[in-house]
Formats: sequence, C-alpha cells, structure tokens
Amino acid sequence: MNTPIIETRDLHKWYSGVHALKGVSLKVDSGEAVGLVGDNGAGKSTLINILSGLHHQDSGDILVEGKPADIRSPRDAMRLGIETIYQYNSMVPLMTISRNVFIGREPLKWSIGGIGILDERKMREESVKAIADVDLHLRSPDALVGELSGGQRQGVAIARAMHFKSKVMILDEPTNHLSVKETAKVIGFVKGLKAQGVTSIFISHNMHHVFACCNRIVAMALGKVVLDKPAADTSIEEVSALL
Amino acid sequence: MRRLVKLAMQKPELASAMLLLVLVVLFQIRSEGVFLSVNNVRGFLGLLPETALVAVGVTLLMISGEFDLSVGSVFALMPMTMAVLVVAGWPFWAAVAVGLMLCAVIGFLNGWLTIRFDIPSFITTLGMLFMARSLTVVISGGFPPRIKPGEVPSWIFVGFVDEGGLIRASVLWFIAIAILISLLLSRTNFGNWVRATGGFLPAASAMGIPTGKVKIACFMICSVLAGFAGMIQSLRLNSFLPSIGEGMELQAVAAAVIGGTSLVGGVGSIIGGLIGAILIRVIDNGMVMSQIDSNWFKFAIGALTIFAVVGNAWLRRRGRAMKVETDK
Ligand SMILES: Nc1ncnc2c1ncn2[C@@H]1O[C@H](COP(=O)(O)OP(=O)(O)OP(=O)(O)O)[C@@H](O)[C@H]1O
Ligand SMILES: [Mg+2]
Repeated sequence: MNTPIIETRDLHKWYSGVHALKGVSLKVDSGEAVGLVGDNGAGKSTLINILSGLHHQDSGDILVEGKPADIRSPRDAMRLGIETIYQYNSMVPLMTISRNVFIGREPLKWSIGGIGILDERKMREESVKAIADVDLHLRSPDALVGELSGGQRQGVAIARAMHFKSKVMILDEPTNHLSVKETAKVIGFVKGLKAQGVTSIFISHNMHHVFACCNRIVAMALGKVVLDKPAADTSIEEVSALL
Repeated sequence: MRRLVKLAMQKPELASAMLLLVLVVLFQIRSEGVFLSVNNVRGFLGLLPETALVAVGVTLLMISGEFDLSVGSVFALMPMTMAVLVVAGWPFWAAVAVGLMLCAVIGFLNGWLTIRFDIPSFITTLGMLFMARSLTVVISGGFPPRIKPGEVPSWIFVGFVDEGGLIRASVLWFIAIAILISLLLSRTNFGNWVRATGGFLPAASAMGIPTGKVKIACFMICSVLAGFAGMIQSLRLNSFLPSIGEGMELQAVAAAVIGGTSLVGGVGSIIGGLIGAILIRVIDNGMVMSQIDSNWFKFAIGALTIFAVVGNAWLRRRGRAMKVETDK
C-alpha cells in the first residue's frame, strides 16, 4: 500500500487539566476525502489545530508522506502542504480579495531581509485566476472580502489553498452559519478538490454534508477515534448512534 | 449619493481634508489675513512636523491594533538623553544615535510586554508614560542642560532651507519620513501584515504572519518617530526641557482618529493621520489668530474627535446597508 499522506500516532493533548486528545492514531491516504465528525468537545478542532500548527501535541508523532514532521507554526504546516480553512474564516474582512489570497505569502518585486515591495499586478492577476479555477465568479479582486457572502469567502479561502498547491486541505466546519444555497456551494468546492486530487479532511456536525462529499468517515468522541470506515460501509444512522 | 458614501467609506480622510480646507478659509477671513501671513505660516510650519511625526507613528501602531500613550514622554526623553550626552562631551551624532536607540528599546519593551503577558497596550504604555517622564527628569539632574547655539549642527534638522526663511529642514525630514511610512504601509508585505494583524488577528496568525513581531516593530517605529520629533523640537527651540510633549499622546490619538483610523485596528492611513494632525494644528493656531479664547481649543479637538468617530461609524453602517441592497 502507499504511504499515507498524513499519519498521526498516539497523539495526546492536554489543556490545563482537560485531556482533549487521548491517543489519536489516524492515517489519511492521498486523494481521500475524510469526513471527521463528533459531538461538541470531541477534540476535532484540537486535532486539526495540531496538524495546522496552531497548537503542538503533548505527546505522539505526526508523519507527512512517511516522514516525521515537527509542526511548530502555521508556516511549517503550509510548507508541508497542509492548509486549513476555519469555521471562523481565515480572511481579513477589511482587506481586498487579492491581498487576502496572498496574506503571509506575498509576491515581491524586490526585498531586503524578507521585507519588500508587493507585486500588486501579479497578486491581482493570479487571484482572479485562482478564483476562476474553483469556479467562483467575482467581479473584481479589489473588492473587500467583507463584502462577500459567507460561501463566497470560503470559496476564496479554498482558491487560495489551491493556488498554493496545498496537498491536504482541512476544513473545520466551513458550512457553519451558511444558508442552504451557500452550503451547497461550499460542498461543491469540496467535491471539486477530490476531482483535482487534493486530499481533504472535512469537519461538520451535519452528517448529510459529510456523507455528500466524503469517501471515508472518522468519528471522534471524548478525545478518541471511535469509528473509521469507508463511507460506503457505514451509514448516517450507525455514525449518529455512536456519538 | 451612494457613490459618495462609498467613496467616503473607502477614504475617510477625505472628509477631514475637506473640513481642513473650510477651516483654513474661515480662519483666514476671521483673522483678517493674519492666518496665512508669512510670519504665522513660519511658526505653523515649525511646530507642525513635530506633532505630525508623532501622529504618523501612532497611526501606524493603531492600524496594527495597539496604542502608545508613552509617545509624549519619549518625545522629552530622547532630546534630554542626547543633550546630557553632548554636555558630557559626546560627539553629536553618537548622542543622537544613543537617543534614538533608547527610543527603540522603549518601543521594544512596550511591545514585548504587551505581547508576552497579553495585556492591553493601553496599560503597558501608560506605565511607560510615567517611567519615561521620570527618567527624563532624573537624567536632567533637576536643571536643563545647555548647549550653545552653533555647538551642534542643528541646522541639518531645523535650519531654514529657503531664502525667505519660511521652510525648515524639519519639514523636509517630515515629508520624507511620512512618504516612507506611507509606502511601507501600502506597498510592502510588511504593510499587508500590519493591516491583517490589526484587521483580524486570528486570521493573520492562522495564515502564518508573525503578528507579535509585526506589532513590536510598529511599537518601535512609533517610539523612534516620537523621539526624533522631540529632538527636532528641542533643537528648534534650542532648549532641553523635561516637560515637553505632555498631553501629546492623546492629541496624536485624536489626530489618527480624526483622519479615519479605527480604534480597534485594521483601518486607517498615514495620510489620514497626517491630515488629522494638520487639522489640530490649524484649529489651535487659527483660534489664536482669530482671537478666539484659546481655552476653547481642547473643547474643539474633543468635539471633533467624537464627531469623527461617530461619522466613521455612521459611514460603516451605511456601507453595510448598501451591501445588502446590492445583494438582491
Ligand atoms: N484553547 C483551549 N483551551 C482550553 N481548553 C480547550 C481549548 N480548546 C479546546 N479545549 C477543550 O478541549 C476539548 C476538545 O475541544 P475541541 O474544540 O477540539 O472540540 P470539537 O470537537 O472541535 O468541538 P466543536 O464541535 O464544538 O467544535 C473540549 O473539552 C474543549 O473545552
Ligand atoms: Mg471545533
């Protein structure tokens, strides 16, 4: 079998007294769309925050494409090709789309010691292209992200991850607070990822959304993985009964 | 109307610029031409770069989402340090370098304490306001150091650059620095990080921006500009007093806010802070020249600040309402 693109081995995490992860071992193969479900406080976000570099595990190992990975910051995660889209949005509302697409990874015309002049034309052109590539149609890259609808924002976030050729995309409740129509759009984006060979981990409380776009289901409860099956071999009823 | 609102929303400094124009005309009329007379403009252009430089630094820092209340004290501490060293026999440029370095250290401390202990910068820099002021008095040794005119090359900073003796070098320094900071904010990746950090901290850190370092850098720039401005003022007056710059911190915040900078970060522009600073100076000076009781000065600045914040909030609400309309 292939080496998994991400593997976690016996991850533990404590938050001052709270044992949030109690030995999570998980393998995600390249190209999979994994649906991660679980009740509030099950530890889903904690697991994801560790993979995306916001937190660090107290014990356990992470392997990316078979190699041990020490993920200390979001930059480390991005360098390894892991990009995360959060439930509370990873965009700055009062900045333009093109600036948001390139936040932290701005193309520069020239620079001294990492600080330099932005290549704004390139930012504009490439963000237009990136957004069109995920089948999102926006008027201008100069519009403020705050003027977009929730679904469009998630679309831009996904376009950003695609532009930077991320291999694994983690989406933590990207459909929260979205209308039915907007949710359908976001699910469409996630399905599009699979078509382009991007591995994804999709977190949601809505089983229907998860089953609509994932080919494998992982359920967590109280900091542990309690179910891990191909979506075809399980059902909403079975998963719901476990949580 | 809609287009106007939208424009005003994107460029809140525009309204202030308009107000500025109106006030200049008004004061010119009320003062019967004294306001724009050569003598008055000379005095005005002497003081302006000093307060405006402080406002520029404070504006940048506020956009990154933090405050600095210690700028007024740093404004006094830097020239005092420099003067004490010069009197002690140090070369002028070495003394200037040490003074500016001290400002950078203070800015670093302000930022580091704020970030490391996760406390409001309002509190950190309030503490620094007292400490830096106290240090200034202590190192002055109770009586101000004296530097003979001509002993130091102060003309580089405050000498007149034109024949008529209207514009001082400080105006040029100030313009150059303001352009530089403005470009830093609008054209560089660092500026992008400043806006992102102040605009929505969780997103900025999730995207890998070193938000702590960005804020500390802004604190340092702010402090160094305040110290530099204080040095210019002291050299211009050729006196080194431990009391200068008192109350300046709040005027700088007022200037930033009047120019459209948000109190919670993420929004604002250097040119806005600049216009705010000019407005404050115009009101101060214009009232004196028009022989209005100058005790009304603080009242006017206060009212204008509140008006600016209310106005900006109104514009933002209008903007949001407009967005809903276009959604349909
Ligand atoms: N930053 C934190 N500090 C302290 N405790 C935390 C922190 N983040 C999470 N926890 C705790 O860790 C446990 C797991 O939380 P986590 O956010 O991972 O759950 P979740 O599965 O994402 O839940 P939800 O579905 O509500 O998002 C909870 O008991 C939570 O209270
Ligand atoms: Mg969560």
